[in-house]
Amino acid sequence: MAETLATIRRAAPCAMISIRADLGRAGDALAEATGLAMPEQVRIVTDGSRALGWMSPDELLLIGPLDARNEMRDACDQALAGEHGLVLDVSDMRVMFAIEGPRADDVIRKLCPVDLDAMPQDGMRRTRAAQVGVAIWREGDGGGRGWRLICFRSVADYVETILRNAAIPGAHLAPR
Amino acid sequence: MLILTCPYCGVRAEETELAPGGEAHLKRIGPDGSDEAFESYLFDRTNTKGVQLERWRHAYGCGKWFLAARDTVTMQVYGTYEAQAFGPNEDVQATVRVRHPDWSYKL
Amino acid sequence: MSETGPFRLPQGGRLIDRAYPLEFRFDGRPLRGLRGDTLASALMGSGVMLMGRSFKYHRPRGPIASGAEEPNALLGLGQGGRFEPNQRATTTQLEQGMRLTGQNAWPSLSVDVGAVNSWLYRLFPAGFYYKTFILPRAAWKHLFEPVIRRSAGLGRAPKDVDPDRYEQAYDFAEVVVVGGGIAGLQAARDAAEAGGRVLVLEQDPHWGGRTPVDHGPAGQGAIDALLTDLRGRDNVTMRRKTMATGLYDHGYLLAREALADHDPNQGIPRQRLWRIRAGRIVTATGALERPLSFAMNDVPGVMLASAVRDYIVNHGVAPGHRIVLVTNNDDAYRTALAAQEAGLDVPAILDARPAADGPLPKMARDRGIRVMTGTGIAKVKGSRAVEGIVTCAQAGQGQPIETIDCDAVAMSGGWSPVVHLWSHCGGKLTWDDAQALFRPDPARPPLGADGEGNVTAVGAAYGDLRCAGELERDEAAMQPVWVMPAQATRKARYKMWLDFQNDVKVSDIELAAQEGYESVEHTKRYTTLGMATDQGKVSNINGLAVLSGALNQPIPATGTTTFRPPYTPLTLATIAADARGDAFQPLRKTAIDGWHVLNGAKWEPVGQWRRAYCYLRGGEDAHAAVAREIKAVRGGVGTLDASTLGKIIVKGPDAGKFLDMIYTGVMSSLPVGKCRYGLMCSENGFLMDDGVAVRLSEDTWLCHTTTGGAERIHAHMEDWLQCEWWEWKVYTANVTEQWAQVAVVGPKARTLLERLGGMDVSDDALPFMGWAEGEIAGIPARIYRISFSGELSFEVSVPANRGLELWEALHKAGADLGVTPYGTEAMHIMRAEKGFIMIGDETDGTVIPQDLGLGWAISKKKPDYIGKRAQMRSHMTDPDRWQLVGLESLDDRMIPDGAYAVAEGTNANGQRNVQGRVTSTYYSPTLGRPIAMGLVRHGPSRMGEELDFPLSNGPAVRAKIVEPVFYDKEGARLNG
Repeated sequence: MAETLATIRRAAPCAMISIRADLGRAGDALAEATGLAMPEQVRIVTDGSRALGWMSPDELLLIGPLDARNEMRDACDQALAGEHGLVLDVSDMRVMFAIEGPRADDVIRKLCPVDLDAMPQDGMRRTRAAQVGVAIWREGDGGGRGWRLICFRSVADYVETILRNAAIPGAHLAPR
Repeated sequence: MLILTCPYCGVRAEETELAPGGEAHLKRIGPDGSDEAFESYLFDRTNTKGVQLERWRHAYGCGKWFLAARDTVTMQVYGTYEAQAFGPNEDVQATVRVRHPDWSYKL
Repeated sequence: MSETGPFRLPQGGRLIDRAYPLEFRFDGRPLRGLRGDTLASALMGSGVMLMGRSFKYHRPRGPIASGAEEPNALLGLGQGGRFEPNQRATTTQLEQGMRLTGQNAWPSLSVDVGAVNSWLYRLFPAGFYYKTFILPRAAWKHLFEPVIRRSAGLGRAPKDVDPDRYEQAYDFAEVVVVGGGIAGLQAARDAAEAGGRVLVLEQDPHWGGRTPVDHGPAGQGAIDALLTDLRGRDNVTMRRKTMATGLYDHGYLLAREALADHDPNQGIPRQRLWRIRAGRIVTATGALERPLSFAMNDVPGVMLASAVRDYIVNHGVAPGHRIVLVTNNDDAYRTALAAQEAGLDVPAILDARPAADGPLPKMARDRGIRVMTGTGIAKVKGSRAVEGIVTCAQAGQGQPIETIDCDAVAMSGGWSPVVHLWSHCGGKLTWDDAQALFRPDPARPPLGADGEGNVTAVGAAYGDLRCAGELERDEAAMQPVWVMPAQATRKARYKMWLDFQNDVKVSDIELAAQEGYESVEHTKRYTTLGMATDQGKVSNINGLAVLSGALNQPIPATGTTTFRPPYTPLTLATIAADARGDAFQPLRKTAIDGWHVLNGAKWEPVGQWRRAYCYLRGGEDAHAAVAREIKAVRGGVGTLDASTLGKIIVKGPDAGKFLDMIYTGVMSSLPVGKCRYGLMCSENGFLMDDGVAVRLSEDTWLCHTTTGGAERIHAHMEDWLQCEWWEWKVYTANVTEQWAQVAVVGPKARTLLERLGGMDVSDDALPFMGWAEGEIAGIPARIYRISFSGELSFEVSVPANRGLELWEALHKAGADLGVTPYGTEAMHIMRAEKGFIMIGDETDGTVIPQDLGLGWAISKKKPDYIGKRAQMRSHMTDPDRWQLVGLESLDDRMIPDGAYAVAEGTNANGQRNVQGRVTSTYYSPTLGRPIAMGLVRHGPSRMGEELDFPLSNGPAVRAKIVEPVFYDKEGARLNG
């Protein structure tokens, strides 16, 4: 039996902080508070333990270790002191999947209407996986290219099902 | 199936990533408005054959509403622009006029 | 004669492997084919030419084509869940052990009692159905409908679940070339040279299209050279067995890739639907040969000349041993030459043209084949198989000249480019008089998102029938022949088939024209020409030429019917792809879902959520469970998983002002620490959602929505913030899934929460419509003292990952209190007992808050809110609007949900006038009797009046109008 196209697993819970602000005004302060550079449009910046993703022109998603959730939230809140902004701990709201293996791209290509070739290496794309909203970016190795995918927690079982279906052995996308 | 480029995040989104919102640049009529003006605001739509200014939301993306100038006959997209505009910008207008030299929009 | 059948040629067959025989069954009969066969070639090799029955007359039919255009050879394939009807024998690859069944015939293809139709076919003319069924309704019901239902359809729909997998995938390319023949491969090479990603799709398992058949080893060499070139390029992807089925706006192309068709044991998806976004599309889809319309041209053994050639060259089989060719062009001579080279007898070539002097006819003559010019077929002899033909002068009326014995006829009426993809998305056609064909008009192409043409047709698909370049030979001009012979008698025209599957003949089109059908689209629908599963691939041009002739107008004036996707039928399973079973649609689960699963939950879908309707214990039924749950809550304490309620954070200096626009009531004045019930209306005034808003801090509110409403209301708020009041400083966030929320309800609710410890939930610390933040049972929590049941009630909100922990702690701590989990039905009944409205029950998109006695939740002072202006319109302020009341049936029967209360008199349609309807109806375990709510004209001022609700069976239910609050009218229970 051939191998699955990629391994699918739920990543360990992590801290996720949602930040809404005028990034033009507050970007520098937020960069300092998070210790990460401001991501460009539809990109994600990471230092190995934390990541800062561009979600919309006035929204960022800060990802880090679970035990740092309060510290991260408070730092962002302080960075926005005096500004109109919104910082929320949304660590419980989403589930993160790791899709890893030499054919991980194939799994994503079956589910998301996204031209992966046109997506920069550090791109973060909010899109649709089959019937639910997700965000995807490249991360991890697993012997090839890997992906991270986040979705809302209520649909995590559904997302796991479609990811596993897309990864069944032998169902690669290369021409035959 | 249409592709529209979200002006907020630059993503070339396909129609399934978007939610349609009908005609753009409607002027809201509040409690002071006349019956006629309010009825027009609620129900009168140009239903254009040709260049239509319309609302879309990048629902499976950045979540922002944006506006598009699209030809309902040829499906050509002349351009997309921010929802806070009071009309299509000069670039979009110029692109429309390549096909429709006499076109102008009224708000 | 080989062991694979009497019609397998001793040699030849470039696609078959004689070393690998495959066994299969056709209607139970064991047969053998070879690896590389299609079903059609395998059957033909075995001497089986009868592969189908026509739709209307059940006439015996053999294949006429060798590809996707085949109208006749449609078979049932497989068994059980894998059974598929209407599979084209000409494009389905033979696999070991296949089971084929004939269809549209009873008891069998060879003995079909339905074929009685064909004796009467002069009585079933065009428009037969329309003409015949203008009769009394009874005749339709008792006579025609049963007959039609029994004989309708071709194959039978499978009844079992399809056990195979299907999937879909997205692809993107700068250029997509559809068609892997010589024109497509050349176009792909050119595109690849120019850079960008090039995707080449070929419907068949083999590259090269017609070129290897028509141009022999030199043709194969040319194809191989192109393939070698393309395979060496990084930017080229080549997919075989991938049919481009449709082209849509902005270069969106759908294609079906066959991965494991009829080979279910591989464990991989059977088919894959590709959703391709193409910058530019090159259609290199070739051309299809047209039949000729002569009498009895549908007898099995009459085939397209190109198909005969394909079977000989590709599969080493022939439809007969003695083949007459009839043509109006030079290309078809290739078939005579191929047949002769294969050792078959070619007694004559009938060429309708006055002369045939090109290189190909010359070669035929040189090889001793008799060429008869100016000659056509008067009729084919034989009924279930060709026995011979009778020749006639093409120019005449069909006076017989000579009978030639033969067992097959190869015909060619010229070629039609495959223009489907070009046409699907608006590309226009132009009539090419010299070749008598419609071809893509490059001046009017389909347009892409940028308004520029995004499709290019090349090769035969563009009408360039000589696209093999230097491999081609000179050919003399073809001559259009739409009816053979030109002056054929009326009787002969009754036997000239145009649409083989739907049995549409030359006489039918002419009759339609005579009856005034001048539009080709009307004629199509009147006669059913081109409406069969082959969508008229071989019949349309001939049909519209006959129509043009009958209308005495040029063919371009008649035009074509509309080409619509898919090019060939797609199974529904392929379209659904992975969206079946568990993946059919998202099923949203709360953080406590697993507990519900283990504790007898009976589910209710609410939007995409699943919620526990009730929890079944012991052997009780749902009705008993709901009653038990309600009694436990009203008598003690219960818990409801309320996590699905929408939760939206609204924050900013202008948040209060914004919420005052969103809600009908005033939210800006809500003190920090308090909760307030609010209503949201759409701009046209109708009630769209309700829920409790919470003031979290000076600039932050939490807005609860209904379970189904979170995404919708969040989008609604963002719409107004982004598009109308974008200068207001407000941020929103939909945090529904961040929190698990548990309603702890009942007179012992406070006792239970106090046992968990950590927060003061006393009436002083946490009064009704207050909220508090802290830790309960060690879990960070907010507690809202709000009630949807009328009982003492606390909604406890904790981070979702700790929701189950909270739930279990409540059940552990409250075991001796009889804490009972309750579901949505108990919640619904308890709210109805209290007269609380439910969005979606009391509202249906036409109801305004004023109808529901909710005027108290609408600010009179506010100058504006969304929906206010609409609620001032005359219809909205009409005193005759139906308004909310309670309804008590007088005889203890429940009034059915949605039942109407009748009024005096009848309306213009003779129906009883109505004066109200039921919006919610339940059996109340608390009161021991049915209760209902409804909207009634002038209802609130008609207390005590009685209304009749007629039923479809049994006497009307009579009910009394009462106040909508049935239980605890004073509200004393809110305090426990």
